[in-house]
Amino acid sequence: MATTTTLAKAEESVEYAARLEHVSKSFAGPGGQQLVLDDISLDVAPGEFVTLLGASGCGKSTLLNLVAGLDKPTVGSIATDGRPALMFQEHALFPWLTAGKNIELALKLRGVVKNERRDKAEHLLELVRLKGAYGKRVHELSGGMRQRVALARALAQESNLLLMDEPFAALDAITRDVLHDELTRIWAETGVSVLFVTHNVREAVRLAQRVILLSSRPGRIAREWTVGIPQPRRIEDAPVAELSLEITDVLRGEIRRHGQH
Amino acid sequence: MASTETTPAQDAGSVEAGLDALETTATGRTPFSQTFKNKILPPIIAIAVVLVAWSLLYPVVDDPSKLPSPGDVWGEVEDQWLKGTLLDYIWGSVSRGLLGFLLALAIGTPLGLLVARVKFVRAAFGPILSGLQSLPSVAWVAPAVIWLGLNNSVMFTVILLGAVPSIANGLVSGVDQVPPLFLRAGRTLGATGLRGTWHIVMPAALPGYVAGLKQGWAFSWRSLMAAEIIAQSPDMGMGLGQLLEVGRTNSSMATVFLAILLILFVGIAIDLLIFSPLERWVLRSRGLLVKS
Repeated sequence: MATTTTLAKAEESVEYAARLEHVSKSFAGPGGQQLVLDDISLDVAPGEFVTLLGASGCGKSTLLNLVAGLDKPTVGSIATDGRPALMFQEHALFPWLTAGKNIELALKLRGVVKNERRDKAEHLLELVRLKGAYGKRVHELSGGMRQRVALARALAQESNLLLMDEPFAALDAITRDVLHDELTRIWAETGVSVLFVTHNVREAVRLAQRVILLSSRPGRIAREWTVGIPQPRRIEDAPVAELSLEITDVLRGEIRRHGQH
Repeated sequence: MASTETTPAQDAGSVEAGLDALETTATGRTPFSQTFKNKILPPIIAIAVVLVAWSLLYPVVDDPSKLPSPGDVWGEVEDQWLKGTLLDYIWGSVSRGLLGFLLALAIGTPLGLLVARVKFVRAAFGPILSGLQSLPSVAWVAPAVIWLGLNNSVMFTVILLGAVPSIANGLVSGVDQVPPLFLRAGRTLGATGLRGTWHIVMPAALPGYVAGLKQGWAFSWRSLMAAEIIAQSPDMGMGLGQLLEVGRTNSSMATVFLAILLILFVGIAIDLLIFSPLERWVLRSRGLLVKS
């Protein structure tokens, strides 16, 4: 834990990586205005790893879009410490660029000068253990490799907040497990704050310091758990399974309410 | 955590390396013999079949003023070659065609971008642009001659009217097909406005754009040939359309055939040498070309 604590201390002047105050969002639907998010208030501390957990229709992705600044809340305010980086379920790498050039584009758009980009890109690829993939085209990489390049590209933004929208949902279980280990390692090494959205309870518990459960239609904060299990965790660990069970029961209760009328 | 972490982290790394190796397949180049069998041989056979059919048909028609023999046409090739005019005819048309095409490119590209990205412009000019694509640009030859006189600018006008809509429409459909995910990803990376257009929209739209260029070239060439055949004047210089007209006035069917075949071959050659490789390169680099 040594690395994370020191990094958090260095940034103590900043109170939060993201702060949401009474955020609501509604869209025009077939039956008038449809409330998707209802009064969400949430702080992500610098260096903190938070997962947002919920069933379909809880507005997880809408919430991430709001925090990423791709959309505006109907009510309430959102503040972030700089522009957040965003990682999607699909890798969203640009197929006309090589893996390395994808990362360099992120650096370029951030204003990194030309002769530093190559080195930084190589370094980021090394961080996600893809040394030697610089010149590879996106279609030449496996699903897991693509998500690691996407992670490297997101890290290239050197943002204080990394938003992740079910980034491992489309991967096979073995690859996902390995990427959990990698994400935990990289999070500890870089000290970045992470807001991670998922519908996988065990994944949420495996990764996070804090799990926030959202109810569905509209999305509200239903409950919150602080995960005290020390890292590195494994998804099969008994404490992870135990907490997952508890959260799953609450989640099922939330879902059940929708069938009763 | 640092000391306890080393083992599982190293473990993850080695598992990862194994997964990466398992999930990527090596691709090599196809051997030449296979390329020859699959790509080169079929068109050669097709040409041979056409020549055989032509030779068989020749004695049936039995009228060289209507159907010349393949030998007659070949004799015409030799004749024009010895006179030193064959390449002039070809180059005259090709240089006009390519120059006109480049002009169309310079106009069609910004026009396409405007139509694709600005709502008002699309509503106003989108339908006209699509409509122009179905209007044969030969229709413009007569008014162009009246406005501009019998000279090269008529040719360029007709080429532009034929190719600009194709190029612009190709770009518009290319932009329309850009996955929204790329735009979102671009915006989170800070590519907005003109930077977004340059770094994300243009490269993402490239396949549609190249398809538009390919079609634009076909339209350029077709319009140019029509214009050369219709607008006859000594000031026009040499071109394949003029060659065809020379054959017509001399009642030499062999010359007419030669001109038609050359028009066909030049069209195919430019496509094979420039546009097809460009298209294949664009598709292959994105993994969109499936090896058959």
